[in-house]
Amino acid sequence: MILIHCPYCEEARPEVEFAYGGEAHIARPVDPSTYSDEQWEEFLYIRNNPRGRHHERWRHTHGCGRFFNAVRDTVTDVFETTYKAGEARK
Amino acid sequence: MSGFRLADGGRIDRRTKRNFTFDGKAQWGYAGDSLASALLAQGQMLFGRSFKYHRPRGILGAGVEEPNALVTVDRGPGRITPNLRAPSVALHDGLTATSQNRFPTLKTDLIAVNNVFSAFFPAGFYNKTFMWPRAAWEKVYEPIIRRLAGLGDSPTTRDPDHYDATYAHCETLVVGAGPAGIAAALEAAAGGGRVILIDEQEEIGGGALSDPAQWPWLEEASAKLAAMDNVTVLPRTTAIGHYHQNFVVAAERLTDHLSVDEAEGAREKLWRIRAGEVVLAMGAIERPLVFEGNDVPGVMLASAAKTFALRYGVAVGRKLVVMAVHDSGWRDALALHKAGVNIAAIVDMRRDVASELIEGARAARIACYQGYAVTGVSGGQAVKGVTIALAGVGKGQKIDCDAVLMAGGWTPTVHLWSHAKGSLRWDEAWGAFVPDKTHEDLRCVGACGGAWDYGKGLSGGLLPAPKPLHDSKAFVDFQNDVKARDIGLAVQEGFRSIEHIKRYTTNGMATDQGKTSNLNGLQIASGVLHRPVTEIGLTTFRPPYTPQSFGAILGHHKEALFQPLRKSVIDDWAAAQGAVYENVAQWRRARYFPQGSEDMDAAVARECRTVRSAVGVFDASTLGKIEVVGPDAAEFLNRMYTNPWKSLEPGRCRYGLLLGEHGFIIDDGVSARLAPDRFHLTTTTGGAARVLNMMEDYLQTEWSDLDVWLTSTTEQWAVIAVQGPKARRVIEPLVEGIDLSPEAFPHMSVREGKICGVDTRLFRVSFTGELGFEVNVPAEHGRAVWEAIWAEGQKHGAVAYGTETMHVLRAEKGFIIVGQDTDGTVTPDDAGLGWAVGKKKPDFVGKRSLARPDIVAPGRKQLVGLLTDDPQAVLEEGAQIVADPNQPVPMTMIGHVTSSYHSATLGRSIAMALVAGGRDRMGETLHIPMPDRTISAKVVAPMFYDAEGSRLNG
Ligand SMILES: [Zn+2]
Repeated sequence: MILIHCPYCEEARPEVEFAYGGEAHIARPVDPSTYSDEQWEEFLYIRNNPRGRHHERWRHTHGCGRFFNAVRDTVTDVFETTYKAGEARK
Repeated sequence: MSGFRLADGGRIDRRTKRNFTFDGKAQWGYAGDSLASALLAQGQMLFGRSFKYHRPRGILGAGVEEPNALVTVDRGPGRITPNLRAPSVALHDGLTATSQNRFPTLKTDLIAVNNVFSAFFPAGFYNKTFMWPRAAWEKVYEPIIRRLAGLGDSPTTRDPDHYDATYAHCETLVVGAGPAGIAAALEAAAGGGRVILIDEQEEIGGGALSDPAQWPWLEEASAKLAAMDNVTVLPRTTAIGHYHQNFVVAAERLTDHLSVDEAEGAREKLWRIRAGEVVLAMGAIERPLVFEGNDVPGVMLASAAKTFALRYGVAVGRKLVVMAVHDSGWRDALALHKAGVNIAAIVDMRRDVASELIEGARAARIACYQGYAVTGVSGGQAVKGVTIALAGVGKGQKIDCDAVLMAGGWTPTVHLWSHAKGSLRWDEAWGAFVPDKTHEDLRCVGACGGAWDYGKGLSGGLLPAPKPLHDSKAFVDFQNDVKARDIGLAVQEGFRSIEHIKRYTTNGMATDQGKTSNLNGLQIASGVLHRPVTEIGLTTFRPPYTPQSFGAILGHHKEALFQPLRKSVIDDWAAAQGAVYENVAQWRRARYFPQGSEDMDAAVARECRTVRSAVGVFDASTLGKIEVVGPDAAEFLNRMYTNPWKSLEPGRCRYGLLLGEHGFIIDDGVSARLAPDRFHLTTTTGGAARVLNMMEDYLQTEWSDLDVWLTSTTEQWAVIAVQGPKARRVIEPLVEGIDLSPEAFPHMSVREGKICGVDTRLFRVSFTGELGFEVNVPAEHGRAVWEAIWAEGQKHGAVAYGTETMHVLRAEKGFIIVGQDTDGTVTPDDAGLGWAVGKKKPDFVGKRSLARPDIVAPGRKQLVGLLTDDPQAVLEEGAQIVADPNQPVPMTMIGHVTSSYHSATLGRSIAMALVAGGRDRMGETLHIPMPDRTISAKVVAPMFYDAEGSRLNG
């Protein structure tokens, strides 16, 4: 059971309170209609799958309900850091 | 008779006898005995039959590593536990244990196939057998193998026991209470922090329990620990796994050591412990040696014989031979000699053995054979003697004995270290992997950390033998019957990775997870491959450390507590009316209300007819509801849903369609605009949480500039649907402050007022095609309002109807149910809902995807209606549809049935289906092949009743 630090609650809580939200820092285009099929495919489906540092979204579903970002090592499952949505990539 | 009780010694209580049975025969032992020690004391050598070959097997170890002596303990109906290791079963009065995998008895096993069938069971046997003809496998081989191979039987009745669970937090958790663990606990406790010390055995002490010289110290340390408020000592508790951030799960056995009469309360307790620091003090397990005949009952680990003698006062034989490649074998032999056990000889592969060991042995008049190896064991069900030879190949000589002790060196118990993803390094002196690095606050002390002086030895358990490896019947994995030659065969057949060799041979895959076999298997593979063990690697250890009951893992989460059952406030009323229920997501919903002896079909037909001819009342409270509030509420919904929302006037409702960004339908529902800045959204019953999460996601992360608040109100509102031509007459007398006339309150509108004196949001909507209302009232008034509507309804012949009737009525109108008529690959156009997509909207979630090439390509599956040629044939939902029923198998399937019912209103069956190019097939006859016949059906529009919609007005 991983403990995850919620940057809004400022507390480490058990992972059962959280829901994974996929890779972070993939912004929805302001006007999707300007995207080519290839660009849209990239936005919709193409994701990084690194061995090591991974930027990902989590939601403190059974807590404050906020979405935030995290850097997790996919080998060790260690969370390097968590930070609020909207903050720059770490 | 071989083993016997020594005149004195041991930690047993010789004044307290314990009576028990083994295979139905009355036996006895002392308090403090294990099942294994008590039986050994009675001369029992044969404990079980092996997994594949039914070879007779005895005791190998004195602890959890025991692979052979697996027993079933019977504590009454539903309380039968198979595969318990006899050395770990505490003796108590009335213990009823039986041996396993024998037929009909342990001594006379009619399917002792060791010679007859052994050619059937080489490495990879299962893989190869699966390639035989399937019919042969099912009819011939599987029944034979099921009889031959196996462990204990699982209980056939429900487990009546209950299991406790708890969370615990501490600064230091120590796993293993041998000398190193106790020292670590005392040191940590002195600092004042909370300390938990757990140990799998009946009492703490670990290796010290087998060393009387340490008993005074042990007693003192135990008393000290017991006196400290900040220390919790948990014996009979196994740490089954280490998980992230020092989260250790441990199972405490509370009653299995007691007689059935004494047992009270929970059987086991699962501890979920979060520790600041974890100290692993799990010791080391002695390795067997691999030589011909090493599985004859009476061949066991030297350390086990020492434990039986010094802890339990039991000699495992009258004349013992020690086969060692390690100093510890000599030390144990001398300790046994001192305890009164007769050691005839010590055989050691090494020529150079420390002189004090040799002197000690000579002083004890033990014959010493350095440079020799055991090359054979005589005896079938018990050891009668051994053959030894110089360097394992010289001229053999026989030594009479009734037990052989193996001292093959030691393997640190690194299981939990590995669970924690700690790395291992090969230690040449140990001939084993020892802990290296970890990112957890975790350390190993004592033997499991590689820090204990066991003396010196050779690594590699395979003894030299006159026979080549491919002829060797020496066993590596006792529990899975893996021989040295199987590992050789696996390599010969091309397997190189230890992970593959493990799976091909099944070495280390039994319930003991290779505690005594992994290292020997690895080193044999290393030898055959001519590559160092470090290049071959070790297989991964995974939880649980020892087999664990599912009961403890489940804890209280069973039956009614398995998962929450959500009930609406009208549920009790439905129960009193004899409703039959179905579960929808976590909700329990009334499916139909049978009267008298009605079956479902009859009840549903009556409910449908009454709704269409008079009126019906339906509990729709489970609908997901979200209150969307704020100045940007309309803009937000406009971006989320396919429909236009900004133009919707307050007081009006709209059917909303929600797509994923991929363009496929994921939810729908009718929503109302109550005020310019306030919407009452509804979602599907199962989709409420998912939709709210999705909306929060967009609101928080994509459009955080929008000023909108979302609140789940699913459980705040009870919803009573009143549907049918008489619906208005039913609610009219109860409603205040709302003009219900068709002109003032048209279809798809909402009004706020009072019903039965309670605030209501009254929707005029219809999921049946009839004149309909949905009465929303605060949940606490739901039951009272329902009863008032019900009483009024009785004047107009109302029925209460359930979800099944609701499904039929909506299908007659072609209304889809998301998740039934859609499956996550259906676009609005596929579902015939293109009209719900706002064409002028520049953007909404999923819009861009609706222009993708695959989405606009012709031939997509489209929702259509089906009318069977035989009007009474009701298609099966999920049935596949073909265009030509005479084509050869496998046929080309062009779609499937999504909804299908008998319609009482129409007097025939109706169905909806997703069919490739469906809307271009109107009038075409398609075919639905079933096991017994092929059903033909005509493609029609998915609208079976009142196409013009006139009934909406009552
Ligand atoms: Zn939070």
